Amino acid sequence: MLKDQDRIFQNLYNDKGSDVSSSQQRGDWVNTKEITDKGRDWIINEIKESQLRGRGGAGFPTGLKWSFAPKEVGSRPHYLVINGDESEPGTCKDRDILRFEPHKLIEGCLIASYAVQAHVCYIYIRGEYFVDGQKLQAAIDEAYEKKLLGKNAAGTGWDLDIYIHYGAGAYICGEETALLESLEGKKGQPRLKPPFPALIGLYGCPTIINNVETIAVVPTILRRGAKWFASLGREKNTGTKIFCISGNVNNPCNVEEEMSIPLKELIEVHAGGVIGGWENLQAVIPGGSSMPLIPKERCETLKMDFDACVEEKSGLGTAGIVVINKDQDIIKCMARIARFYKHESCGQCTPCREGSGWMWRMLERMAKGDATKDEVDMLGDVTNQIAGHTICAFGEGSSWPVQGLLRHFKKEIEKRNNLDPIVQKKNNIPYLVDQHLLDKKNA
Amino acid sequence: MSLRRPAKDQPESFEFNASSLEAANNIVAKYPEGKQHSAVMALLYIAQRQNNNWIPLAAMKYIAKFLDMPYIKVYEVATFYTMYNLSPVGKYFVQVCTTTPCMIRGANQLVEACKEKISENECELSYDKSCSWMEVECLGACVNAPMMQINDDYYEDLDKQKTLDILDKILNGETPKPGSYRGRVNNEPENNRKTLMDLKNA
Repeated sequence: MLKDQDRIFQNLYNDKGSDVSSSQQRGDWVNTKEITDKGRDWIINEIKESQLRGRGGAGFPTGLKWSFAPKEVGSRPHYLVINGDESEPGTCKDRDILRFEPHKLIEGCLIASYAVQAHVCYIYIRGEYFVDGQKLQAAIDEAYEKKLLGKNAAGTGWDLDIYIHYGAGAYICGEETALLESLEGKKGQPRLKPPFPALIGLYGCPTIINNVETIAVVPTILRRGAKWFASLGREKNTGTKIFCISGNVNNPCNVEEEMSIPLKELIEVHAGGVIGGWENLQAVIPGGSSMPLIPKERCETLKMDFDACVEEKSGLGTAGIVVINKDQDIIKCMARIARFYKHESCGQCTPCREGSGWMWRMLERMAKGDATKDEVDMLGDVTNQIAGHTICAFGEGSSWPVQGLLRHFKKEIEKRNNLDPIVQKKNNIPYLVDQHLLDKKNA
Repeated sequence: MSLRRPAKDQPESFEFNASSLEAANNIVAKYPEGKQHSAVMALLYIAQRQNNNWIPLAAMKYIAKFLDMPYIKVYEVATFYTMYNLSPVGKYFVQVCTTTPCMIRGANQLVEACKEKISENECELSYDKSCSWMEVECLGACVNAPMMQINDDYYEDLDKQKTLDILDKILNGETPKPGSYRGRVNNEPENNRKTLMDLKNA
């Protein structure tokens, strides 16, 4: 287990309060000027050496991302945008940072803005977190009062303004270019890349977008040194991470742990074990709903980091661990996730808009045992036609969980669905129905 | 995608009142000059708050004029994002999360409770028109599942009886205390905390 003094988010459970003075006792805002005095190149290099990877799901190296920002500010100003549109089912780590460690985030914003030469920072928070956003706003107001923000913020000589922008319940706005569209006051539909936001982003200006957790760990890395951060976890998967353990465990919780911690340790030690014991475990979704599930046999030895999860044909994603035990109907669970993606598709690309509805309806029927034998392969075919054929990664995110189900629980589906498509024509199967017709009346 | 339709009965006109107007002007000032369109989402929220939790078409037209942008752009935004209510939802709007992490911890019991206390169908006003409920997608409090949101507040770690009690309170016009209903502190593992022990109760 990680030593307590190596935990970055000391106030994860709000033992101490989140105002400036108690944050200062935890080391925030102590020597911000000394850090910025070392210069942009030093900051970016240090982040590169720490091998910090983005905590929002894709795991892109943060230092590298920052180095894409233009070195000189031209006619267009630079922007820093913080992605707090945390909507991935199974994930609730950013909420705790907004509520209980706002000053880690605000100080991180200042340092990151300085490194990428931005004078304005927008924090995009999902609309449902209104109360938590208000807590962050209170922290921002206090920071302005204490001259930690605004002109010559915290004595660093750098001017920075931070504004909060609330989303309104669209999962897709967690995708960085959709988030920018939303910030500009449009529908949150992703843009084509390239051009990448680092060159053409918000209002057509160079923009760096980072997750809340990524930015919040930056000040601590710079204080304690890249070597310290890189010494935790393993090569290319360094540092600490907040894991959210939900589902069928005895004590669901958020906990900050070292990267590469065994999944079994997380569940058994921190979350109090699977309900009904480890033997009752059916499968685990390791990184939020869009990552394929991992069956019990593989969970025994799985290490929770980016590369180890990819080796299991899954991913660490946002580290939202959903534990599913044998009391649950796994097909139903995945059908519900498919319904989530059907609901949240932005509608821009046809394969995703239509395909997400197909997957949901097929899975619903498979859960009831109303599908024919050939539909199992057809479902796999649909997922392959969505993944990789859309503008953004939502296509992959929606089809991966279904592919994971087919990979590990195909027998279960086949056992339940053995209707013969040719002989038994009793069932009227609505293959292609306009999903709007099936929708709720007043929704 | 989800289907969203504006309500049939629409008021004739809409205008910001004094406090909404002040809030709106403050919001517009957050964005660079000439980029006032960015404020449309926040302004829709302000209109929703002013108009009993829902946005009439007249408000969209008013906001379009206010921000000097085409009405259809405001309409697009209002119909794209699911948190803008396009028809009346009552003073208390109950949203029950039923996505997988909540589902496997018994979110269906919360739905049952809503059906018993508020109305048989979702998006339907209760008999006194003060309240309505709907199933929503992940609200981002998965370790506190099952949970629901009433207006801005989260109610966490629920079961059927606790939900019934909360709904009784709001139907009597009271505002129940938000947060965990199993008495645990925030997101810590209940009775099983192994980290940051020297800070606890310090």
